[in-house]
Amino acid sequence: MAVVQDVHGHHDHHPSGIMRWVMTTNHKDIGTMYLWFSFAMFMVGGFLAMGIRAELFMPGIQILEPQLFNSFTTLHGLIMVFGAIMPAFVGLANWQVPLMVGAPDMAFARMNNWSFWLLPVAGLLLISSFFVPGGAAAGGWTFYPPLSAQGGLGVDMMIFAIHILGASSIMGSINIITTILNMRAPGMTLMKMPLFVWTWLITAYLLVLVMPVLAGCVTMLLTDRHFGTTFFNAAGGGDPVLFQHIFWFFGHPEVYIMILPAFGIVSEIIPTFSRKPLFGYSSMVYATASIAILSCVVWAHHMFTVGMPAVGQLFFMYATMLIAVPTGVKVFNWTATMWRGSMTFETPMLFSIGFVFLFVIGGFSGVVCAIVPIDIQVQDTYYVIAHFHYVLVSGALFSIFGAVYYWLPKWTGHMYDTKLANLHFWLSMIFFNVAFFVQHFLGLAGMPRRIPDYSLQFADFNMISSIGAFGFGLTQLLFLYVVIKCIRGGEKAADKPWEGATTLEWTLPSPAPYHSFETPPVIK
Amino acid sequence: MTQSVTKINIVMSKKLLIFTVVMFCFGYALVPMYEKFCEVTGINNLLQPDVVDKNIKVDMSRTIAIELDANVRGMPWQFKPLQSNVKIHPGESIEVMYEIRNDSDQEISGQAIPSYSPRFLEKYMKKFECFCFTKQVLKPGEARQMPVKFVIDPQIPVDVNTVTISYTFFALQPGK
Repeated sequence: MAVVQDVHGHHDHHPSGIMRWVMTTNHKDIGTMYLWFSFAMFMVGGFLAMGIRAELFMPGIQILEPQLFNSFTTLHGLIMVFGAIMPAFVGLANWQVPLMVGAPDMAFARMNNWSFWLLPVAGLLLISSFFVPGGAAAGGWTFYPPLSAQGGLGVDMMIFAIHILGASSIMGSINIITTILNMRAPGMTLMKMPLFVWTWLITAYLLVLVMPVLAGCVTMLLTDRHFGTTFFNAAGGGDPVLFQHIFWFFGHPEVYIMILPAFGIVSEIIPTFSRKPLFGYSSMVYATASIAILSCVVWAHHMFTVGMPAVGQLFFMYATMLIAVPTGVKVFNWTATMWRGSMTFETPMLFSIGFVFLFVIGGFSGVVCAIVPIDIQVQDTYYVIAHFHYVLVSGALFSIFGAVYYWLPKWTGHMYDTKLANLHFWLSMIFFNVAFFVQHFLGLAGMPRRIPDYSLQFADFNMISSIGAFGFGLTQLLFLYVVIKCIRGGEKAADKPWEGATTLEWTLPSPAPYHSFETPPVIK
Repeated sequence: MTQSVTKINIVMSKKLLIFTVVMFCFGYALVPMYEKFCEVTGINNLLQPDVVDKNIKVDMSRTIAIELDANVRGMPWQFKPLQSNVKIHPGESIEVMYEIRNDSDQEISGQAIPSYSPRFLEKYMKKFECFCFTKQVLKPGEARQMPVKFVIDPQIPVDVNTVTISYTFFALQPGK
């Protein structure tokens, strides 16, 4: 099935300066832009998080008015999910998928450029919505009606931004699927693909499956708001609960879209630094696929309190718990890969082990939330906040950090500053737990989310959490410094700086040449 | 960089695009599917009469006070109950009357949506006839008296002495 792309005689006459980046169709340039965009959005979303934690530092309302506070939580969620985490994974896919399957570039290079340049437009729409009359959307990142049926221009800008981001994701996914299925080097069968490529293939399929449903959902919201339809408006026979069903039909697969590539990254890094092949490769592939399939039938566990019949609650509870099985297979495989390996603890490995450790905590609190009677208790409390930050920050984000450190020598040709990078890991690890572990206790004690004030008994834990959050935020500036320092110079990196690495990209020189694998490598 | 996208890639992208469009439509198809699902399973059946057990026992030892409430949202109708409260025994069937009047000079259709307090009253409230099961169409100036017939299940928790039944009329789009 693998088709050899004949990319003939280009002579490096691409434009220089800014136009190089605007016009580029090179997967490495586009990957770099994705990653920088995602970092910029990470900073914006991080600023909003700092605002939220500053307000919650003490009881009472000091810094943010309630409406603005709600805008902060809403936009923090939207920007981190759609602006930071997802583009970072697409950026990694752009850089690495062609290198890892031995393709010269992505299948549709021009479309690749378009799908990137849609993102800054959407990002600007989201950020500038703070400055329109009525302010930014403030109904939570899940924008449930009837609240989102009200609200001003900011909500419309958010809806439009989501349309654009969805279009970008769909184009990116089509590109990735086609690249993986049609452009692999001769000899690379599906079951020889690196796991990062496998997880991205499955993620991309999930994206084309659910992103259009989200697009339909926000379109219905838009027509409800402006064109007199009543999909979600009870006054005309609509049903706000219907919105939640459609939204979470997208939303639950979405959380796996944000974690499956992370599984892939960790499955690359752990074998490299354990100097052993990945334990249970094919079970990893099947586990990924079953997680993806199961993720489509569990959505209503986000809605246990809407008043569904007990049969429905039971179905969604058991289906949700079932996901713990393939996820457990993965965790056991990672552990078994490390078992009796010659392990070393370079920064990517530290982040991967941190990932496994903390993701398991997040996974377990997820199983706790899946239990209906407990979920009814912790619904919309800080317990849920703690749960999904354990899977999204110490899960998705840590894996992205790990991936950046893992491939930075290949991208820049320099080794990063090992000491500072390790410091980045340890500070992130400590401050992350300071910020989020105590939120479990806050949630169990009943502190609701999305409220700028709280009663006095929550004060101590909130102060601890805020201190951790500020520390975590500042630590990320160190990450920026390490990356810039690595780009500008440093110890020359070998073509294969990690002795245990086996995938194709390490056969290329460091830094990876602008055009690579024009003659496809042959895999035995 | 020279473009040389092979035919097989284009074919694949077309398939994926079609799939995307299908999924977009599926998002919309969820709306009727959801309505059908609710209708079949009896969840959220605001528009269907309840099935009432014929051998339901009247609990003469208890009396429940029912407050009746009526609202209109965004339409030129007058809407009121003909009695503001009634007292019944659980298990006893009762009929209460409401009146609507169209004050405007055009024909308007509206739909009444019930709301109960306490919320769990919905479980014990068995209506076998209600003006809220269908839309109501009123000619200019027309007035209409409409009944609600219901029984309150004697299973209702003993600490409930007063309940409120409220209806709100919403305007329907012309043509619906």
